Amino acid sequence: MQEELKAIQQEALAKIQEVGNLKELQAIKVSYLGKKGSLTQVLRGMGKLSPEERPIVGEIANQVREAITNAIDEKNTTLENAALEEKLQAEAIDVTLPGRPAKVGGPHLLTKVIEEIEDLFIGMGFEVREGPEVETDYFNFEALNLPKNHPARDMQDSFYITNELLLRTHTSPVQARTMKEYKGEKGFKMICPGRVYRRDTDDATHSHQFTQIEGLYVDKDVKMSDLKGVLNLFAKKMFGEERNIRLRPSFFPFTEPSVEMDISCKVCNGEGCSVCKGTGWIEILGAGMVHPNVLEMGGYDPKVYSGFAFGMGPERIAMLKYGVNDIRQFYLNDSRFLKQFHQA
Amino acid sequence: MLVSLNWLKEYVDTDNISPEELAEKVTRSGIEVDNVEYVAENSSNVVVGYVESCEKHPNADKLNLCQVNVGDEILQIICGAPNVRQGQKVAVAKPGAVLPGNFKIKRAKLRGIESNGMICSLQELGFDEKHISKEYAEGIFVFPEDAPIGESVEPLLNSTDAILEFDLTPNRADCLSMLGVAYEVGALLDKPVNLPSEEVLVGEEKASDYISIKVEDEKLNPYYGAFVIKDVEIKPSPLWMKNYLLAAGIRPINNVVDITNYVLLEYGQPLHAFDYDRLDSKEIVVRTAKQDEKIVTLDDVERTLNPENLVITNGQEPIALAGVMGGANTEVTSYTKNILLEAAYFDSISVRKAVKATGLRSESSTRFEKGIDPNRVKRAGLRACHLLEKYAGGKVLEGVVEFDELDRSEKVVEINTTSINNRLGTDINTEEIAKILERLQFNFERNEDHFTVYAPTRRGDITIFEDMLEEVARIYGYDNLPFTLPTGTATAGGLTKRQLLRRSVKNYLESVGLSETRTYSLTSEGYIQKLVSNEVKGLNPEPISLAMPMSEEHKYLRLSVLPELLKTVSYNLARNQYSLGLYEIGTIFVTSEKVLTKQPDEQLRLSGVLTGKWLEHLWQMENKKVDFYLVKGIVEGLFEHLELPLTIIQAQLPDMHPGRTASLLLDGKEIGFMGQLHPGLEKEMDLKETYVFDINMEAVLEAHHHEPSYTQIPRYPSVTRDIAFVMDNDVHAGDVQAVITEVGAPLVKQVSVFDLYQGDNLPEGKKSVAYNLLYQDPEKTLVDEEVEKLYQEIIQAVNEKFNAYVRS
Ligand SMILES: [Zn+2]
Repeated sequence: MQEELKAIQQEALAKIQEVGNLKELQAIKVSYLGKKGSLTQVLRGMGKLSPEERPIVGEIANQVREAITNAIDEKNTTLENAALEEKLQAEAIDVTLPGRPAKVGGPHLLTKVIEEIEDLFIGMGFEVREGPEVETDYFNFEALNLPKNHPARDMQDSFYITNELLLRTHTSPVQARTMKEYKGEKGFKMICPGRVYRRDTDDATHSHQFTQIEGLYVDKDVKMSDLKGVLNLFAKKMFGEERNIRLRPSFFPFTEPSVEMDISCKVCNGEGCSVCKGTGWIEILGAGMVHPNVLEMGGYDPKVYSGFAFGMGPERIAMLKYGVNDIRQFYLNDSRFLKQFHQA
Repeated sequence: MLVSLNWLKEYVDTDNISPEELAEKVTRSGIEVDNVEYVAENSSNVVVGYVESCEKHPNADKLNLCQVNVGDEILQIICGAPNVRQGQKVAVAKPGAVLPGNFKIKRAKLRGIESNGMICSLQELGFDEKHISKEYAEGIFVFPEDAPIGESVEPLLNSTDAILEFDLTPNRADCLSMLGVAYEVGALLDKPVNLPSEEVLVGEEKASDYISIKVEDEKLNPYYGAFVIKDVEIKPSPLWMKNYLLAAGIRPINNVVDITNYVLLEYGQPLHAFDYDRLDSKEIVVRTAKQDEKIVTLDDVERTLNPENLVITNGQEPIALAGVMGGANTEVTSYTKNILLEAAYFDSISVRKAVKATGLRSESSTRFEKGIDPNRVKRAGLRACHLLEKYAGGKVLEGVVEFDELDRSEKVVEINTTSINNRLGTDINTEEIAKILERLQFNFERNEDHFTVYAPTRRGDITIFEDMLEEVARIYGYDNLPFTLPTGTATAGGLTKRQLLRRSVKNYLESVGLSETRTYSLTSEGYIQKLVSNEVKGLNPEPISLAMPMSEEHKYLRLSVLPELLKTVSYNLARNQYSLGLYEIGTIFVTSEKVLTKQPDEQLRLSGVLTGKWLEHLWQMENKKVDFYLVKGIVEGLFEHLELPLTIIQAQLPDMHPGRTASLLLDGKEIGFMGQLHPGLEKEMDLKETYVFDINMEAVLEAHHHEPSYTQIPRYPSVTRDIAFVMDNDVHAGDVQAVITEVGAPLVKQVSVFDLYQGDNLPEGKKSVAYNLLYQDPEKTLVDEEVEKLYQEIIQAVNEKFNAYVRS
């Protein structure tokens, strides 16, 4: 009987060895280990054995069963792996074919620039304010120290609707409105982005509609060196840490002293090139200390309060920063232009 | 203002600084110098020569054979210039001379005869056309008789002069004069200013015997001074004066006119010379013009005047438009013998009005408009008399006949060291401030650290503390200001809820595939009424037009963002960009006033336009065109994003496709529309099938109040059921859905359409719409019976309401 068992083991192991698929393996399993399987049949004959022989043969029988079971399990794993492998092979695709596109839009370049500037000044404690685009002559001019008959307010330069109403020529009226709102009672920091309009013929450097961001800080004891410090921070964040700024005296009716801020030219690093017209510097914005007449009209006592203001053109900044060479691009909305600035 | 450096050197020493360095210094401390330009390019070895003889070249008709005395020798030169004559003094490039363009002059033979040099035109000497007076535009240059033979031509021609172009801001009218520039440069270089001579030999005759002055409006003309100069000889001005005038951009005419122009540039004071003998009277009356009074100005144009214009008259008729231009009737000509010289102060506003009325802008009017120095008016007259005596042989009569109510007082400004430093953030000491005031040549009194400054009248821009602050700061140098940060009131900064929400809307739209655009707010008559949303129309909007539009295209303030957005689409289609998804958040301007008396309502609109293919995946043969439901999905997604209840109902609107348009309702109120453009409009604007949406952003921003908060996620399983209803074609699937939702509540949490079928197996005029229903009870597991009961109730309700039945 022991020989019989050994023979079954040998025969079974040989068959398992040869088997090529899971189905046949299952059949082998049934034919040896199943209820009617050969091993089971042999073990049924155990009863005829002597009590001495029984444990010995029993042990051998268990060993045979284990050997066959192990071999089947092992073969099963091998065959399963092989089958999976085959399936995966069959599922292979060409990863170089184009993907199904996800539709992605994006912001307009000016919005991108404006939001970047907004966020920068928000970080310095500025609030963002807006105001009407159709303004009164008072807020657009008079409250900004530009009385009627002032040479800087030529009718020819503005889009008037009536004698008293016009499309705002700058976002400065928002400054005047904000001062009124705070009633001369407390210090504040604000910037005001928005659309503005001037009677310019549209060409590569002029647009009858454009955007502006102005800023205003009013408080007790505001110094001109504060203006320089804030503008320096702005310029470095916006144009790069290695940029320097300089202030040049200028003139605006609503500030005194008035300055223009230049940054060192990025192209030549201040050496002078065609971009900066050989000066090494590029004009970025106008600024100054708020004129006492403007503070007073805004309800702030110029003996107690002082302030600084600045104003810049996002178009100009975008042109400098991204190399756009025609201001009309911002309003033509050529989809190829728009897409150039959708990336992060 | 064009500033000749050689001229400037007559008043202030600039020898130790190059023109470029000076330009930089001026730019950094107050006035932008746009350009530094040289009168001529360099040349060498060119001298004054005297043409001793001039004959025709024996072998060439057009050439002349000249013997030219250049001091140390006589050179035989062949010259082709038509204007060369015996007896002229000319510019001679001697052999060895180098002319601009590295043109070397050598001895040579021309048609068999030796030529030892070249007689030069100014062009050949490298002069720009604008520095050449008309008479020498063609041919060689001829010096005045007194030019010294053999001398280098450079100083005589002012050819090495550098010209600085000052770009003046309106406050710095003081630098519209060489003297003003001299004070500015003197302050920057810390150099004194030398004033020109105003000395006049006093004649015996009195000017007052020749003229009297009457001024009717002392506000418009607070000073009028008249000088009488007899026996002038009209001739060309001296060469140096012509050179300086040319350098300043003014063409020389004759000595009298040139001298008035020269002093205008030197003092910033406009002067006018009348031909005394053509005055036809012995009086000057300054008055406002009568309505429609006429004057023929120097440029031979007849001007019609009005009572806002100030005129100079001879007591009868106008002889000059005050401060702007003289009249032709009293013009100085080559026959003029005696002149009346006007030095006056005219009110800037009145001159500006005259300029506007006539369109005439002159060097004179510019200065009056910007304000002149009251202390220089009479002195400029004297200076001109000095020059007329010297260069026109005139006899200046004794005394100036004047009307004088002019305020010449200086503005007093108090400053002190502490207030200056507090405002600038600097640490300038009192001595430094005193030094700056001295450099500026401002008079002041000092009391410890306190200064009483008397701002000179030439600097009309200085009236208050802040003006002096700027003077100190700019001379001290802005580079020397420290960098500090605000230390006052702490402010949080940030965006308002409205601004944050707007950014969120933009992010949503961009993430679903739309590109932001920015279009013009001004539109044309043809588009102003197009695609205006119903709720805007409900406000009875009157189109707002500009008083003086620049073009028909940009004349009206828009009532809808869509027309300009659609123009953008046409623009792109014309450039083969066919698939577009664009949006803009822009302002429209709404008023019901026919004539605007107050600011219009500015309403923020969110508008979008989509056309062409939305998604294209060629190798998988997928091709998704923009259609109504795509746009609807984007709009619905937006309101879902904002957690706002949006209702979309069928609508008909002008310029929109009658069957593919919907109104958008928020809480039952119309807030916009969406759909396909009417094919007629598509054709008119060269568009293909185009879909739009237009939403009142104000209403959206106002309605939004959603604050996300946590809701328990259901613990019990949900159950789904499908129902397909067969209904008439004209029944709206959305209406059926609304009934299912209503009847199913609260257990039916969600109803969605998953199939639409029309065609075979259905009766004519019918369609089948299949809905998926999601049941959910937050409190317990649903039992079949209640699901089934509700299901039957829904079927019954839909059947009753729409005559729809369940498709088996
Ligand atoms: Zn550069």
